[in-house]
Amino acid sequence: MIMMSEQKKTKGKLKLNKVTKNDLITYLMVVIAYVIVEILLKTGNLSSLLQGLLVPLCTYVILAVSLNLTVGILGELSLGHAGFMCIGAFSSALFSLGLKDSIANEGLRFFIAILVAAASAALCGILVGIPVLRLKGDYLAIVTLAFGEIIKNIINAIYLGVDSHGIHISMTDTMSLGLEPDGKVLIKGAQGITGTPHDSNFTIGVVLILLSLIIINNLVHSRTGRAVMSIRDNRIAAESVGINITKYKMIAFTISASLAGVAGALYSHNLSTLTALPKNFGYNMSIMILVFVVLGGIGNMRGSVIAAVILTLLPELLRGLNNYRMLIYAIVLIAMMLFNWSPRTVAWKEKMAEKLKRTKKEEV
Amino acid sequence: MKMKKLVSLLMVAALSASMLTGCGSSNDAAGSSDAATDTTAEGTENAAGGTLKIGGIGPLTGAAAVYGTAVANAAQLAVDEVNAAGGVNGMQLELNFQDDECDAEKSVNAYNTLKDWGMQMLVGSVTSGCSIAVSEYTKDDNMFQLTPSGSAVECVQYDNAFRVCFSDPNQGLASAQYIGENNLATKVAVIYDSSDIYSSGIYEKFAAEAANQPFEIVSAEAFTADNKTDFSVQLQKAKDAGADLVFLPIYYTEASLILSQADKMGYAPQFFGCDGLDGILNVENFDTSLAENVMLLTPFAADATDDLTVNFVKNYKDKFNGETPNQFAADTYDAIYAIKAAAEKAGITADMSVSDICEAMKAAMTEITVNGLTGTITWSADGEPTKEPKAVKIVNGSYTAM
Repeated sequence: MIMMSEQKKTKGKLKLNKVTKNDLITYLMVVIAYVIVEILLKTGNLSSLLQGLLVPLCTYVILAVSLNLTVGILGELSLGHAGFMCIGAFSSALFSLGLKDSIANEGLRFFIAILVAAASAALCGILVGIPVLRLKGDYLAIVTLAFGEIIKNIINAIYLGVDSHGIHISMTDTMSLGLEPDGKVLIKGAQGITGTPHDSNFTIGVVLILLSLIIINNLVHSRTGRAVMSIRDNRIAAESVGINITKYKMIAFTISASLAGVAGALYSHNLSTLTALPKNFGYNMSIMILVFVVLGGIGNMRGSVIAAVILTLLPELLRGLNNYRMLIYAIVLIAMMLFNWSPRTVAWKEKMAEKLKRTKKEEV
Repeated sequence: MKMKKLVSLLMVAALSASMLTGCGSSNDAAGSSDAATDTTAEGTENAAGGTLKIGGIGPLTGAAAVYGTAVANAAQLAVDEVNAAGGVNGMQLELNFQDDECDAEKSVNAYNTLKDWGMQMLVGSVTSGCSIAVSEYTKDDNMFQLTPSGSAVECVQYDNAFRVCFSDPNQGLASAQYIGENNLATKVAVIYDSSDIYSSGIYEKFAAEAANQPFEIVSAEAFTADNKTDFSVQLQKAKDAGADLVFLPIYYTEASLILSQADKMGYAPQFFGCDGLDGILNVENFDTSLAENVMLLTPFAADATDDLTVNFVKNYKDKFNGETPNQFAADTYDAIYAIKAAAEKAGITADMSVSDICEAMKAAMTEITVNGLTGTITWSADGEPTKEPKAVKIVNGSYTAM
């Protein structure tokens, strides 16, 4: 009897699609990590440094996962991901700051702010996508790179203020806004937005991570996702079976952009100052996100999550090394990249896994 | 395959870039923090009244590393001096300086690291954006914060935060008034960095005040951090508008380029700057004769002859490979002495809680007068310092008071 029920169990397990199982493991991993962190938080065992890092971690995980959709699933190299994040960050911060007094409920305000961020980033995704997605490979990479820089520079030049007459926009300086004395300057050019309410927290961050994972995984396993992947694998073959290349590329690219916008909203509502510096929204950041994706494995969502967490924590945990910190960080990054992806270590890892399996079997 | 190649190429580029930034900054700062751990270790052993833990935050790596390093060095110098002279109320000071890469997010991380370490007061952050971001957290923790150089208005918006430097609007106002009162010019051109809070903050107030002064602004041209090597367009516009004075509320690196490019154009107006120009005489490969007759409003000049400045410059040079301290270093030096004065006035002891220290310091800061490198400073409860800006002129390759 016992044996039979066990057999049934294994059969039940097998019925669960391998892909679904894989996704469930990823979700479970995030939830378990969340529970552990919450327990540590409640018992007061988490250092202030880690507490402060929780929301940025969520931001980078969402960014990595969303870029993986473009790079891994769509197979196009985008170097302007930080630009979409920038748009999300600024649009949502502007929304929250402008309606700080009208919407008193923090949760509701942040929820709408996230929607605003996602929508505005998606809109930009479409605008950029229309001309750009006709390009292939390297060309696309270069154009997206330029796009990211343009966004940053435009935001650095915008001055926006509000008074009793409505909204004023200028590209020169705050004086030319011509505000009434009661007016308030919301975006101060290169000085960005100051005074964004501190709305994001770890729980919201984790919920957003789960949402983006679910959105991406469901997309990948849907008809649309298969169409997108067929374009990645062989464009001509996909075209020949009647797949509308531009449409599917656009879908994937826009979703990826809007998720980056969501990450931007999370980012901007965690800090009270928001400035578009080369450091946080420039191509350095875009490449950093790409590093997460490449280290975690192109097309591998779980890998992206893990890589984003490790690489964000690493420079902070290395603070003990003082000034050698960034040097060691770079070396560790090289070592990790080699260990994960050099053909030899990949072969070695496979061999070890094989060995492990065999010994297990022998034991049985 | 092509894409993979491109990706790997990019990775290599990114890595080597980050390696370079890491290397570049570790040279001079490494020495200082080594010194830091040495002296403080001795300090803790000898101290009878315990140690007061002071945290510092600033950019030690990246593009703004010059400022952060100057602040870290000067803070260490001042802490060592205070400790050697018997400390504060019998307590030794211990300094822990953390890197923020001039990034608000990293600055908050650095703040949290320092909190884990047990920081009781904060000197920082060095740059305005970071300082504002950190002040949100110091307000929540009720941690005493004194920024040496965060000059944006919002840096001291909460009552636990104070600053040593002038605020940006203050400098713009003072510059406009000085030019107006001394009838230096009738037509003024401004070249400023619109991507820099410091520069655009000064410019805005300068332009607002110019309306009340007997001169007019004939051209105001901006540049950004992305294109700050060629200023011929801005200079040409200033020249065409017939400006007889060019106001440069910018840092000295760009100013040195502007001066040499103006010279090549054969354009020789009066140049006038703020404290950011301090340091222009030490720019490498810069012909200092071009800076002749440049005027600047600065609270600190490394060539001043009073004992305090002479000693400070000498000690700083001895300790940090002959580097000349800049205005950031001077502000920080004063910051540590302000903390000393306020802590003595308030009777701070090492076992007080962060919040109690903050309350006591807040009250004491408004009562003290610090006779520092950057002048005689008093503070008001809103965190703003009161000190006299000094106008200096470069004559024969050195600063001369006017």
